[in-house]
Amino acid sequence: MFDPYKIREDFPILKRKINNHPLIYFDNAATSQKPKQVIEAIKEYYEQHNANVHRAVHTLSLEATELYEEAHEETAKFIGAESIEEIIFTRGTTEAINTVAYSWGLRNLKKGDEVLVTLMEHHSNIVPWEILSKIKGFKVRYIDINEDGTLNRQALEKAITPKAKMVCITHVSNVTGVINDVRYAAKLAHENNALILVDGAQSVPHLPINVKELGCDFLAFSGHKMLGPTGIGILYGRREILEEMEPFHGGGEMIREVSYNPKTKSCKVTWNDLPWKFEAGTPNICGGVGLMAAIKYLKNLGMENVQTHECALTEYAIKRLQECRKVKVYGPKDVKIKCGIVPFNIEDFDSHDLALILDTYGIMIRSGFHCAQPLHQKLGIKSSARASFYIYNTQEEIDRLVEVLKEIEQSL
Amino acid sequence: MSTTVLDTYIARIEEACGEEKDYIIFFRHDKKEEAIAKILEKAIVQKAVAKIIFDLTYKETQIHLYATGKAIFKKVKDKNQLNQILTELFS
Repeated sequence: MFDPYKIREDFPILKRKINNHPLIYFDNAATSQKPKQVIEAIKEYYEQHNANVHRAVHTLSLEATELYEEAHEETAKFIGAESIEEIIFTRGTTEAINTVAYSWGLRNLKKGDEVLVTLMEHHSNIVPWEILSKIKGFKVRYIDINEDGTLNRQALEKAITPKAKMVCITHVSNVTGVINDVRYAAKLAHENNALILVDGAQSVPHLPINVKELGCDFLAFSGHKMLGPTGIGILYGRREILEEMEPFHGGGEMIREVSYNPKTKSCKVTWNDLPWKFEAGTPNICGGVGLMAAIKYLKNLGMENVQTHECALTEYAIKRLQECRKVKVYGPKDVKIKCGIVPFNIEDFDSHDLALILDTYGIMIRSGFHCAQPLHQKLGIKSSARASFYIYNTQEEIDRLVEVLKEIEQSL
Repeated sequence: MSTTVLDTYIARIEEACGEEKDYIIFFRHDKKEEAIAKILEKAIVQKAVAKIIFDLTYKETQIHLYATGKAIFKKVKDKNQLNQILTELFS
């Protein structure tokens, strides 16, 4: 049975007090807290198995290599990928998206092409394409959203023309929590011979995910938002596409051979097999080990249960926040089309002020643009406060948030 | 490197993201009471809420000062102007 109170016992940080109040952590969309199982796995790795991976013959290297490859296998199974060849470890979602932009985009995009990006994307799914468009001369075309923050389907349908070569879409908005119909976007993209890149940073930690069912060509996500350590991210890519792609980073690990020809005085370089040809240099081995422990933890809970719990919390939070006279909740209120994230503000109040006051009460929320300035501009919001939930949050914590918000309202 | 009056009191300055140009100041933990007292000496209190937040003005600048040792300096032109204001407040 899914029991958030029992789960909380696994998270040492939740026992902390901040400003003499019990910690309430509602900034999970930025990063999640870590259970002792993940902390222990990292400690155990450094205390017992630490060595560099691949191409060594000693025992420790073998142990480290096995753990690192097992981390790829666990990740592949977790998202329904065919094999570890489709799983590339990166520093995070941002680097995963940049890998697609530079490894695929640099060689496949040209003047006259279009890359479609929705207006609800995180900056990390906008900026790499804007940078690359200046080099290659293609156009970044933005797909409009509706007034409630949901994707405008007609705008998407209209934008996918033969010029479109890549569709970049977030699975779940990091501001509104809106869940996009990625299956439909993938179908449209493929009917028009375009590829689809899905930003899964806010979906993989919270929903059951199967890349084959989604139909995506690429899926980028981060370990630290799903109980794992920072500095480890994942790029899933369809094998046949990854095989055609050239690496973005060059160095050790990613090559099979660098042979010097004295006659031509040049080196011939051949790439390593997938996924290693995209993982240049010594990888974040310990990050992979921590990620594996996080995935095992989530699998043990069951991702359907995780989603159900977060949906219930979101529904409860929206309902209770609407009791506050001056609180405005942004985005859709229907939890069938959103998950885990509630953006709001107090009327005529700055979101940073709100976050600082809540901090006084030990409540951690995020404020500002949340790296999604175009979305805020589109919704006509100066900035927003954001409460985002995870497996260890409870209704009592939401009650406390609402109680404090009512106190703030009264004092204004 | 010489220590300035700002180094004495300030641990960190963050430029807030949002439509307006605000700066969030984090005072050094061991100096926060002193920093708050110094600001309250020079700035004019417009409103105080439950000893948590002080709404202040100093010259043209609006300041929200928090008992937890943080402050927001509102609509400041740039970091140079911010440093000048902070130097005046702490000197």
